[in-house]
Amino acid sequence: MTWLVPLPVVVPLIAAGLALAMSRRPRVQGAISVAALSIVLAVAIGLIFVTHTQGPQVVNVGGWSAPVGIALVGDRLSALMLLVSAIVLLCVLLYSLAQGIADGNEGAPVAIYHPTYLVLSAGVANAFLSGDLFNLYVGFEILLAASFVLLTLGGTGERIRAGSIYVIVSLLSSVLFLISIAMIYAATGTLNLAQLSERLLEIDPGVRLVLQVMLLMGFAIKAAVFPLSAWLPDSYPTAPAPVTAVFAGLLTKVGVYAIIRMQTLLFTDGALDTVLMWAALLTMLVGIIGAVAQDDIKRLLSFTLVSHIGYMIFGISLANQTGLSSAIFYVAHHITVQTALFLVAGLIERRGGTTSLEKLGSLGKFAPALAILFFVPAMNLAGIPPMSGFLGKVGLLQAGLELGSPLALATVAGGLLTSLLTLYAVVKAWNKAFWQDAPEKLPGDSTPRSMFGPAAVLAALGVLFAVVGGPLYHYTDAAARDLQAQTPYVDAVLVHGDRGEGDSDAAGGDDG
Amino acid sequence: MIDMTPNVTLAIVVGVLVGTGVYLLLERSLSRVIIGVTLISNGVNVLMLIAGGAAGGPPLIGSGPNEEMADPLPQAMVLTAIVINLGLTAFVLAMAYRSWQLHGHDEVQDDLEDRRIARRAERGAVDRRADDVGTNLAIEAAEARDETEEVPLVTGHGPQLGAEDHEVKGERS
Repeated sequence: MTWLVPLPVVVPLIAAGLALAMSRRPRVQGAISVAALSIVLAVAIGLIFVTHTQGPQVVNVGGWSAPVGIALVGDRLSALMLLVSAIVLLCVLLYSLAQGIADGNEGAPVAIYHPTYLVLSAGVANAFLSGDLFNLYVGFEILLAASFVLLTLGGTGERIRAGSIYVIVSLLSSVLFLISIAMIYAATGTLNLAQLSERLLEIDPGVRLVLQVMLLMGFAIKAAVFPLSAWLPDSYPTAPAPVTAVFAGLLTKVGVYAIIRMQTLLFTDGALDTVLMWAALLTMLVGIIGAVAQDDIKRLLSFTLVSHIGYMIFGISLANQTGLSSAIFYVAHHITVQTALFLVAGLIERRGGTTSLEKLGSLGKFAPALAILFFVPAMNLAGIPPMSGFLGKVGLLQAGLELGSPLALATVAGGLLTSLLTLYAVVKAWNKAFWQDAPEKLPGDSTPRSMFGPAAVLAALGVLFAVVGGPLYHYTDAAARDLQAQTPYVDAVLVHGDRGEGDSDAAGGDDG
Repeated sequence: MIDMTPNVTLAIVVGVLVGTGVYLLLERSLSRVIIGVTLISNGVNVLMLIAGGAAGGPPLIGSGPNEEMADPLPQAMVLTAIVINLGLTAFVLAMAYRSWQLHGHDEVQDDLEDRRIARRAERGAVDRRADDVGTNLAIEAAEARDETEEVPLVTGHGPQLGAEDHEVKGERS
């Protein structure tokens, strides 16, 4: 079943080309995008079953065997990430299509929207599947270039302002990533992740630490880990609602995924675990304090996004199986919930005419459906039992107590406090937007029912994660076990000891 | 095997390129920033070449002894990095041009929050509560003092205001 692995990258890229060719026919474009992302979703479901039952699936691109050519690897972790991202991408696409129909395509007027969106999805999939460090870089660049275009869509003054900060920060993080790739190649002579996990153990610990710090810096900027998170709350809220939603849900999580991969496969000696845990604690607290101070619902949500990245980093920094498993669970939960909240914020903006909490009001009376739609994911984000946010947080706190070091206990306390403050922040938004009397008359209702659908699906999915919490934790436990053991991944890539399947006759000088 | 000792001259070149690049990256003008990013990227490309070792024979089987072949992988990676950098440079240049169309300059503007805080500090009203009635981020940011706004708007390039710019104007009046 290895033929499934490249499809999530190939299908959206081909569809992007087709959509670009059809740029004069928006309806055809929409159909192409929906079809492509549905295929990706089906493939992701298939991959989950295959990787869960048969172990990691490896494709050596072009038939060149692993350390020589580029490998695409789908294991339990990447299959789960692919599945969640495919669902989110499809829902957001349907939302933006509904918005386009409602506004006579003024919401997304540009022919470039669909192709760029598909390229973004290909980049995300490539980053999740890559078994090679340089290919991971290429995946990052694909999704970044697409995100630049989406963020500055329409080129209004406000978006250019926010976009220039985002673009420069992203370029800097890419450069850092590229420098670390060059240094890792100089130190080890390979960029294949499986081979790196063997060779990095052999080099000097000091050099290894430098490489780890460099890589971590690059990924931490992308994942918005404090103190490298200041760019996020300023740039995300200005984009169109669907774009913000998909960025908030997916792009930072690609950074988190890269950190998980790197901490479990490449640098396993735990040299930076303490630093990561401090970063996690500070990310949680600084992020949520920022959220409490905001009076704009989109900015508030951006700050909670930063804050909750801290939970995932905490799980990674614990470096035990429970911690990793809960971190993976939390990533899946948070992608859906955060995206749902941003979609709902888009709906609030349409219904209330603004996202400023000072100006909103009375929405509970005029739009009760919207109120429920906001309430469910908001409570889920804050971690109210019995929803999935609660399960994720409980797992992380348990893992922290298992480790039991003073810093881990402090971070557990910080996590509880963050959860409480998240509740405060979202309840404040809930009260001000839905229950206070509106200071001005609300504009007329222009929100089509079809825009509610995708947001409702995502909100329901966040709740569904709690219903299937047992099996899902079973799955993430297995994924975390695989990650920590390393052997399933490495053995699947390097089938013949130091080579993978495929063609590469060693012609003498053999150093990969 | 080819010589794998790093070349000092190239290392210095990398240092100079990245150093000047970082200096330019810290500037406000987008066109300087993009020159800085390009310099850094070129520095990193040279770094990648150092990682591949000294120059050797062409990496084609049969064209010479295998031991003297150059490592082709860093060159392939440098090529990819150059192409990516080309695309991103084009994008940032377009963005700088758009910024110049809209505002008459291509400088990176202040963060909304920074401007709000700067304005409050000016008023000496730092201790006022954040959720006081009447604080609107967009309006305050538009009114705030900002050194990038000193430049008068260049007319004749059609300063097309975006939808949001109209919004802010409307709210102010």
